[in-house]
Amino acid sequence: MNSLLLSNTARFIILILIQVVVLNNINFLGYINPYLYVLFVLLLPLNLSQYKVLFFSFLIGLSIDFFEDSGGVNAAATLVIAYLRPVILKFSFGVSYEHQTIKYYQTPITQRLSYISILVLVHHFILFSLEIFNYSYIILILKRTLFSSIFTILLILLVTALFQKKSK
Amino acid sequence: MRQIINFLIKYKNTLLFLCLLCLSLFFTIQSHTYHKSKFISSANFLTGGIYSWVNNIDEYFNLRKYNNRLVDENKWLRSRLTELSSKKIDTTFTDSTSYENPYHFTTARVIKNQYIKRDNYILINKGSKDGLATDHGVITSRGIVGIVEETSKNYARIISILNTNLSVSVQLQKSDHFGSLTWNGNDPNVAQLEEVPRLAPVVKGDTIITNGRSLIFPKGIPVGVIKDFKLDVNQSYYTIDVQLFNDMTNIGYVYVIQNNDQTELKELESIDE
Repeated sequence: MNSLLLSNTARFIILILIQVVVLNNINFLGYINPYLYVLFVLLLPLNLSQYKVLFFSFLIGLSIDFFEDSGGVNAAATLVIAYLRPVILKFSFGVSYEHQTIKYYQTPITQRLSYISILVLVHHFILFSLEIFNYSYIILILKRTLFSSIFTILLILLVTALFQKKSK
Repeated sequence: MRQIINFLIKYKNTLLFLCLLCLSLFFTIQSHTYHKSKFISSANFLTGGIYSWVNNIDEYFNLRKYNNRLVDENKWLRSRLTELSSKKIDTTFTDSTSYENPYHFTTARVIKNQYIKRDNYILINKGSKDGLATDHGVITSRGIVGIVEETSKNYARIISILNTNLSVSVQLQKSDHFGSLTWNGNDPNVAQLEEVPRLAPVVKGDTIITNGRSLIFPKGIPVGVIKDFKLDVNQSYYTIDVQLFNDMTNIGYVYVIQNNDQTELKELESIDE
């Protein structure tokens, strides 16, 4: 349990630093940035009680907000995906999730991809809606959601693939 | 009573979710209101410290560019100096107390700059310790950058002109027609000038400067040139696209302007109301 706490704390700090120091300055094609810190919510232990998941997700979102001067935008978005996480887990991994027998890295790639994609898309949509805060810009919101999501999903797959090798 | 407790236990996750969601939405709405977003700010010792640490490294890659800017500015200032000293010196006596410069300048370094969002903020490495306070203007040698919104001891957060909540009073250099400079959130190098009356002689390539009305910027700070213009739907005001002199994506060093007469002038204005 202690090593789990340690690895999650380390992940929390490292993901925030990578996000604010590197990823927020990419500005690919002018406005596309990946939001890798979502990975923290995705990788929280599956048997962790839900209120802890909610609280830690809120905390990482709020930390990003402090760095980005963005009010509560990131906090709200991560909180919503943390709340939806059990539903999406059940949807993506099916019965094996309910028996809590799955290990994240041992699941089939298609199931993992659907889990990542749904949560990232929801997160980014809420993030950009709240950030722009004006529904006459709905096209802009959708455009940013789509492009940033693709970037984030690719990056998450890449990072998880890298860490998978190490843990074996 | 037992039922209430059971209810709370059963829905504790949802209740926690709703509480935290309300809190984050409260912060979000605050951040979309000018001068209200006090709590969530990167101008604190932790985030400011991390940004200034990263910026220390990043700065080396831009040294050549900053040097060139400084040389250009020095050249301009030198030409102004010789221009002024070649003119006949005014020999009328001026009392030194009334001769004092009402503006005080402080230099600072930009340690975080945003320009891809619709509401952008800039963080600089000077704060209340160096005499900075809310509503001080921020410029570079090329043009305006923004207004100090919040200060901590060592850092200050600037609301950038690339922020949809901000509007600055500016005017045409040729005539005294004024309007307000806003940003529509699209191009970080083009801002919008609105409410310029139809009578104003608007020509492409004309210079836009600040007009000193807001008491934040002195009159005559360059802003940009007119890139494009059109009349609004009522045919009574121009909406002008202004190409900014500043490259807002790479600012480097800034000057913070403190107007020593600001409080005095504001008091006089408030008497009027």
